[in-house]
Amino acid sequence: MISRLWNDLEGTFFPESALDFMPVERLREVQLQRLKTVVSLAYERVALFRERMDARGIKPAGIRSLDDVHRLPFSMKSDLRDTYPYGLFAVPMAEVVRLHASSGTTGKPIVVGYTAQDMEVWKQVIVRSLLSAGYTRSDIVQNMYGYGLFTGGLGLHAGLEALEATVVPASGGNSERQIMLMKDFGVTAICGTPSYFVHLIEVAHDLGIDFRRDLKVKRGLFGAEPWSDGMRKYIEDASGIKAYDIYGLSEIVGPGVGCECECRNGPHIFEDHFLVEIIDPETLEPLPDGQEGELVFTTLSKQAMPAIRYRTRDITAIEPRPCPCGRTIRRIRRICRRSDDMFIIHGVNVFPSQIESALLRTEASLPHYLIVLTRRSGLDQMEVRVEITGEMLRDRVGAMEQLQKRFARSIEQVTGLHIAVTLVQPGSIARSEGKARRVLDQRDTNP
Amino acid sequence: MKIRQISVFLENQHGRLSALCRSLAGAGIDLCALTLSDAGEFGLLRFITAEPDRAKRVVEAAGFAVTSSDVLALCLPNRPGGLSAVLTELEPHGLSVEYMYAYARRTGDAVMITCFDDVDRAMAALEAAGVTLLKPADLSAEGRPSV
Repeated sequence: MISRLWNDLEGTFFPESALDFMPVERLREVQLQRLKTVVSLAYERVALFRERMDARGIKPAGIRSLDDVHRLPFSMKSDLRDTYPYGLFAVPMAEVVRLHASSGTTGKPIVVGYTAQDMEVWKQVIVRSLLSAGYTRSDIVQNMYGYGLFTGGLGLHAGLEALEATVVPASGGNSERQIMLMKDFGVTAICGTPSYFVHLIEVAHDLGIDFRRDLKVKRGLFGAEPWSDGMRKYIEDASGIKAYDIYGLSEIVGPGVGCECECRNGPHIFEDHFLVEIIDPETLEPLPDGQEGELVFTTLSKQAMPAIRYRTRDITAIEPRPCPCGRTIRRIRRICRRSDDMFIIHGVNVFPSQIESALLRTEASLPHYLIVLTRRSGLDQMEVRVEITGEMLRDRVGAMEQLQKRFARSIEQVTGLHIAVTLVQPGSIARSEGKARRVLDQRDTNP
Repeated sequence: MKIRQISVFLENQHGRLSALCRSLAGAGIDLCALTLSDAGEFGLLRFITAEPDRAKRVVEAAGFAVTSSDVLALCLPNRPGGLSAVLTELEPHGLSVEYMYAYARRTGDAVMITCFDDVDRAMAALEAAGVTLLKPADLSAEGRPSV
């Protein structure tokens, strides 16, 4: 399409991205106007929000400034479960054009709905995400997010099509075929979960395929699970691609709540659609920019399922410094921890990402690992199983025992816990084709 | 000359050793010598074969972590004092033996597979002392019975 040729020119102005650069005063005006609308909608049409606002004595008319959002009641994942399936919908089902649902790994699935306008907004924020990460219509993009009830696959798909990139809707799984498609189709960019891509790097290696030499993939958009800076470095060193963080959650819209720009220093939040707050997860009080706490969102344009002060459980901070890219929409720090990933052992809070960074610090590459929690004679035990690779293997029992000790010491430095590290065979820890499973908690099954 | 030794990481779990041996057997790989060391939670299997490259690929494909290293195969007379004489020769060189394992050749000689801390210096010292070191090519005839 001739009218879209501007999209070929890297580094030039993209109309879709204009909203990312809106003057801050204008952005706050838009936010306030939309906040008023969404709070009215939620109050009028969703019993749960109305009851909670009434209980606090807040009426929609009481929202006069953006700071008034702090007076609104919170909502959380359990609210979606308790009102399963449609209890938080604010429009008649005839207006709902799409449903998505969570995998339900942590209990009953949660359902989210979209009106036609919601779908349009979702598509736009994904286009803005792709543009900020440098994707263009000339890219051939392999979308490895699962297609189906999960928001990742179809969400990215719609955005990629709107960008007029060439979409390869590979979905998740069938790793050897993924590599074959990348090679045969000349794929230049990918989307997927970071843990699955780490697995693909391994598969490519086994197939004798070198990412730099044999493939054209230059960039990847990764999300749907927390991933550390160490993992980014590993991905980039091992495959030669540039890895960008796309942030999102189904309850808010799916992927595209925020995305990293060329500077790759934390995702910019599309603030014209998502009002962002950081709160202290204990006191629930709002925290200033720069301070770490729980990320909370209020959707500003959602129709089918507005979210009011939704607690994400993700731990991060709003970055107070402006980004060199010039976007006025603010960034959050990359999310490496979720408060519900956290487990408590011997009274110490531990996040899987801490174990990950400890392992990376020891080996400079990311081994496959699994944290196993058990209970023996009433005492919690934590074991970290680490897969040995040919590169890590040394022909000395002593050297291997040293490696084991270095892992344990590094974990102790990060967590303060002395734990058992077991070296296991390659491939003995199950690989995920979606979100990685890092913790096996068997404490309920063996009291 | 140096000989390539294959080392395999074995998780201390039932059936791992036999799975490894099955993969070697399936590929028709003949072993000259092997040793299994045990570190409690895991084991390290080391072996010598005439086909180290193929053996490494086979074992890797079977899902094991594998590495290779250079060792020396000292050919010694199979009689009291055979090893002692060689070690005495080496003493002034200050070389360290990391580990050893042995097998008997059909010729009647003994072969000590030896891992030194400094394989190149050890090789030079042994050659200067007139000790016969097996070459990779010597290994192909080691496994099979003579006809």
